Amino acid sequence: MLIKLTGGTVYDPASGVDGKQQDIYIQNGKIIDKPTGEFLVTKEYDLKGKVVMSGAIDMHTHIGGGKGNIARTLLPEDHRQDPVASNDVCRSGCGHAMPSSFVTGYRYAEMGYTAGFEPALLPINARQAHMEMGDIPILDKGGYVMLGSDDYLLRMLTAKKDQKAINDYVAWTMQSAKAIGVKVVNPGGINAFKFNQRKLDLDEQNSHYGVTPREILRVLATAVKEIGVSHPLHVHGCNLGVPGNIETTLDTIQGIGGLPMHLTHIQFHSYGTEGDFKFSSGAAYIAEAVNKHKNITIDVGQILFGQTVTASGDNMRQHANHKHASPNKWVTMDIECDAGCGVVPFKYKDKNFVNALQWAIGLETFLLVEDPWRIFLTTDHPNGAPFTSYPHLIRLLMDRTFRNDVLSTIHPEAQKMTTLASIEREYTLQEIAIMTRAGAAKLIGLQNRGGLSAGNWADITIYTDNVDRQKMFEKPDYVFKDGEVVVIDGKVVHTKWGTTHIVKPDYDKSIEKDLKIYFDKYLTMKVDNFRMSDDEITEDGRGSLTVHDLKAVA
Amino acid sequence: MSEMTEVPSPFCGVGTDDLTIRVDGLKISVVENGCAVNTPAFEQPITDTKARINGKEVELKEAIAHAASLLKNTNYPVIGGCATDVNGMRGLLALADRTGAVVDNMNFNNARKNILALQDSGWMNTTLAEVKNRCDLLLIVGVDLEGFAPRFFEKYLWNEAMFLENTSDRDIIYLGTKPSGNASTSPNGKIAHVFECANEDLPEVVTVLRALVKGQPIHAETVAGISIADLTAIAEKLKAAKYGVVTWAAGALNYSHAELTVQTISEMVKDVNQTTRCSGFPLGGKEGDQTANQVCGWTTGYAARVSFAKGYPEYDPFLFETNELLNNGEADALVWVNAFNTQANPPKTHLPTIVVARSGMTFEKEPDVFIPVGTPAIDHAGHAFRLDNVVAIRLKKLRDSNLPSTAEVLNAIEQVLREESVC
Repeated sequence: MLIKLTGGTVYDPASGVDGKQQDIYIQNGKIIDKPTGEFLVTKEYDLKGKVVMSGAIDMHTHIGGGKGNIARTLLPEDHRQDPVASNDVCRSGCGHAMPSSFVTGYRYAEMGYTAGFEPALLPINARQAHMEMGDIPILDKGGYVMLGSDDYLLRMLTAKKDQKAINDYVAWTMQSAKAIGVKVVNPGGINAFKFNQRKLDLDEQNSHYGVTPREILRVLATAVKEIGVSHPLHVHGCNLGVPGNIETTLDTIQGIGGLPMHLTHIQFHSYGTEGDFKFSSGAAYIAEAVNKHKNITIDVGQILFGQTVTASGDNMRQHANHKHASPNKWVTMDIECDAGCGVVPFKYKDKNFVNALQWAIGLETFLLVEDPWRIFLTTDHPNGAPFTSYPHLIRLLMDRTFRNDVLSTIHPEAQKMTTLASIEREYTLQEIAIMTRAGAAKLIGLQNRGGLSAGNWADITIYTDNVDRQKMFEKPDYVFKDGEVVVIDGKVVHTKWGTTHIVKPDYDKSIEKDLKIYFDKYLTMKVDNFRMSDDEITEDGRGSLTVHDLKAVA
Repeated sequence: MSEMTEVPSPFCGVGTDDLTIRVDGLKISVVENGCAVNTPAFEQPITDTKARINGKEVELKEAIAHAASLLKNTNYPVIGGCATDVNGMRGLLALADRTGAVVDNMNFNNARKNILALQDSGWMNTTLAEVKNRCDLLLIVGVDLEGFAPRFFEKYLWNEAMFLENTSDRDIIYLGTKPSGNASTSPNGKIAHVFECANEDLPEVVTVLRALVKGQPIHAETVAGISIADLTAIAEKLKAAKYGVVTWAAGALNYSHAELTVQTISEMVKDVNQTTRCSGFPLGGKEGDQTANQVCGWTTGYAARVSFAKGYPEYDPFLFETNELLNNGEADALVWVNAFNTQANPPKTHLPTIVVARSGMTFEKEPDVFIPVGTPAIDHAGHAFRLDNVVAIRLKKLRDSNLPSTAEVLNAIEQVLREESVC
């Protein structure tokens, strides 16, 4: 079967193609060069006047794992607002803030997304995360394994184990949890909360281990680099949501000393203490630091107004924020000497000064960071807003008039505290394609995804150009996943199963001896039962694993 | 004959995974680390190997086709039991989605006590390894912990911990139910404090305890036979502990509106956390309860009492109860799924009944279709959730019984119905 997409206007930053009319050929799920000699096209799509991009990739979205399922169980009233019926093609479920797994797949696909990455894969909860993601149709998926508050690592640091030993442990954990990246959340803070510490600054010691967040960041960022993982250490920094945390964030950037580092949902870490309400935007400082430090990448974690639920590994900060819970119910958990989680429903209001300014801070960050290859479009789903709000967010970035219209409706004091009105930048289609496709694939280290040149898997989204960018991005004409049409006119017409992207870094097998002793003595599961095997993902006949290359390490 | 070590159990809820099991053909013997819960559950012999229609042995394919034909024209079937592994629940939910069925876990009336509290105000909870390594005070409310999990004390409390110098010094307090044995006596002879009261007095006792934690004045001198001085001492211990843990078993709170007791406990735990650390630890999760709620949770958004009758999942913790629907004439067929426990029989009904259950189940009234299935963790590999919610255990296959898995059977029934709907 040979498919030809004819005459579309192609935006493929991975190949440097910016709005050029090009034909695309698909065979066996992949994009191929135009066949030579005589050939028969089985199916041709006339795409003249249409916009063609590769399938979008969400590099930070909470789509699998325990805290998401706690959020679901917590909020039946939210699901009741958005029931989703089954049809000939699709399973039923629920939508809105924390959609059911099947609906997650359908709604992402219906916006032209073909991959999503769970950023908080707890080692002990990895099975659940992969099983949930195993029930997300269409999308490719993967996860970043969470370290940094696990007692094993902190014991290693206290015992002054060398970097090589830490690298082995990180590689072992990535393999056992089937991860493609490594994340740290409130470095050491989740652990400190278990010792009743209520905040942990960058240089503050864990009261039991004497280890600081700065040390944890350094050893983990080094480990990720030295074992050759493409995705830089994925960092949810200290002091999330705390006014004045801009200092910590700038210090984190400065202090990593040039190591690759990804700062996630940076909007929540960009707050100053100026003004009458002692809450101000630090976006300009953050953007300046990001522009200057080429080792740093960020995603924004934009908030958008409305009801959502926040689900985070950061139980220390989630506990502190519980008084903002709306509706007033919330959950925290300490988890298995491994991590934690906190689930707090939130309703962001445009007439609330803090929420309004948070909204502006996110947009300022998007517009002031110059290099679209180093900034990514996220709402930290569902924490800033459900992922279904991406088309709206894209319009805010691409349409200054629309942006300023919305700005004029938010809390008046917040309007005074933001420079947003004066920022002229409007994102181009190519820049959107970088942030949501080529850049994301490059950042995660996905081979043969996120581009439209021959050799890539045929994950392709086709839009009708529309000056209303929200309308354009919320309803693609076609979405192809691995060469199969899954969406027509914004509706799922066919489903299939995506793959799970992982890396398999090597480690010195001798570390398993000490791990076995530790597990036997302190944990509640045998170490061999803890490690996930490949067949746990593949045995049901739907899942598959795609192992990506590691970087050559100098 | 072979011997397997480090075998995980889906039966006990705590995810015991240190069992040594001998397999001799189809015979299973637990040779090390067994207990009153796990050993009989593993050793239960296979008796039925063939599916039956109206009591007559048939080929599996025939039984599946007949089950599909019984479900084909139903309006409101109920899929009860829901005791199986993750893949079994996946198949069950797909079948329910296709047939517009109600899905109802057989222990949901117990789980509901926790879920209602969760959905009204939330909680601060913890998991087994945190209990093992941090807990310096364990308050056990209304349950005989060693009856629930016979090896709980031995495995999680009376051995080495990362953050306690001497685990024998842990404080154990029983409130309500007294322990059935002396597992709670520490290795150095420290015995648990026991403050007994009747189960149905717990709402009052727990409410007073929470008030004392909050520093509210109490004018009474006793509540349900327990002195206020004793309760004050417990409140002070909770506030003085570094990492107190309060545990309860929803199934043991046998009175109406026990969710309010769970809520009071959970809110008290939050109160204690204003100054020190303290966590709740609900006991449960035996034989797939937690698995049912988790898989139903990510598939529908709701815990495992859901109706698909309208084409989309609707959740009602009261209306969609199996026995209600069978007895009030709403339901028109019953599918009973229980891959774990041969004693957990389907409820009595005159409706067409399909039973997909562990080999060895006996019936007062033979169902229309009975399909014996393999037991997860014995006859096939799989996954189950532990009581503490976040931990899924990998179940192993121990023997070749050739019994189909729950998932295989339910998927096959769904497949027949799907093909018929397409034709």
